[in-house]
Amino acid sequence: MIRLIYAFVLTLFLILIPLFGVGILGLTRFFSIVIPYSAFLIFLAGSILRVLSWVSSPQPFKIPLTAGQQRSLQWIKSSYIESPYNKIGIFMRMLLEILFFRSLLKNEKTNPHVSKWLLFTSNKRFWLMSILFHYSLLIIVFRHLKLFFEPIPSIVNLLSRIDALFEISIPTILLTEIIVLVCIAYLLLRRIVVSQVRYISLTSDYFVLFLLLSVVLTGILLRHLFRVDIMDVKRFALGLFLFNPYIPHFVGSCFYVHLFLVSFLFAYFPFSKLVHAGGVFLSPTRNLENNSRTIRYLNPWNYPVKTRTYDEWEDEFREMMKEANIPVEKEDRKI
Amino acid sequence: MKKIYDKGKTLTGLIIFVVLVSSPTWYNLVFGKGNYVPDLKVEKNGKECVKRTSYMKKNHMELLKVWRDEVVRTGNRTYVREDGEKFEISLSGTCLKCHTNKQEFCDRCHRYVGVTPYCFGCHNIPRETRK
Repeated sequence: MIRLIYAFVLTLFLILIPLFGVGILGLTRFFSIVIPYSAFLIFLAGSILRVLSWVSSPQPFKIPLTAGQQRSLQWIKSSYIESPYNKIGIFMRMLLEILFFRSLLKNEKTNPHVSKWLLFTSNKRFWLMSILFHYSLLIIVFRHLKLFFEPIPSIVNLLSRIDALFEISIPTILLTEIIVLVCIAYLLLRRIVVSQVRYISLTSDYFVLFLLLSVVLTGILLRHLFRVDIMDVKRFALGLFLFNPYIPHFVGSCFYVHLFLVSFLFAYFPFSKLVHAGGVFLSPTRNLENNSRTIRYLNPWNYPVKTRTYDEWEDEFREMMKEANIPVEKEDRKI
Repeated sequence: MKKIYDKGKTLTGLIIFVVLVSSPTWYNLVFGKGNYVPDLKVEKNGKECVKRTSYMKKNHMELLKVWRDEVVRTGNRTYVREDGEKFEISLSGTCLKCHTNKQEFCDRCHRYVGVTPYCFGCHNIPRETRK
């Protein structure tokens, strides 16, 4: 439980930084220009270095984790997605993994309700919450593109319209606002309530959830309670990406808290568990063919070992062998 | 420098990543509208606005929502401001007196920030040609 409290206090501390910096010290220039730019640079450089560190670690074996029959004899039916042997299988497997999180369906648990026997069934609730959470975040990111693109691509407007489907209140309460809050609550409660998950939860696990929760909450507050002049915000967002920084005038501290937390999230991204967004593409248990029995895989760090073949040995001792009537092989082979 | 495996794939992935995260820059450079700030047309026909500009910029939808509920639910068409000034609750009668041109005032900014309020789904604005 102490880890949960650490993470919570750390998040509160992060929220207090911009409140103090902008609200009391009035450092608007620092918080609207220096912080976002440095966060973006850290994000960009950190992510690239992280990927480079991954791809520079040698792969001694092929280690795909499979859940299906591998290809062997023609009359044995093989499972080309669960145990892929070629690039098409790998592509299908990765696509399903990235878009539908199939690995999470294999997060099995015993289910005493299904039958009187010990039966393992997949934990579909966790999969559902997880997939809703990720897609909500994706739509939220897409919705924000309206602030960064001029003219706004029609797909962004379309997504916003779909998100505002129910037209409740003005400004409309969005579907993703509610879904993402429910999902974060579920993911947090799961780490608190389920004793096994609580046991393996680290401070950083809670912290990431608290950080996302605070980002989402400040975003919702900005939309429904502490509104800002959104035209000014768009001018600011466009200015950042066109290297023509503009300090927004008609925004409150809530905007700066949101901006600071998002900046922190970006800067923290390459050094946290959140890099699974990039890591999923490079996970060797998913993106390798299960063909180590048909194609020999050479360990890239194999040390050049000094060897001495039998033929070389025979060349040296042939005469002595003949004298002792020991059969020789190399000479016989030539005849 | 350590050896990098799968150079081609890694480079492709990293290029896609950099292009995606820098997309606002090149998108706005291609369309050349990044510095565009909508110029909102207001005609000063008499009195000042119901609320201060700084309030209206952020919260005009809140005022419109309060007005809508007031008219629809209680039938009260008079809005009394904190300082006692009275206004007729009417979008076309009060708001549009100064903000005469919907296309050059409401729409211009709404389009800029990607907002499609559902008000105009029912409320027709006079002199506006519907497409």
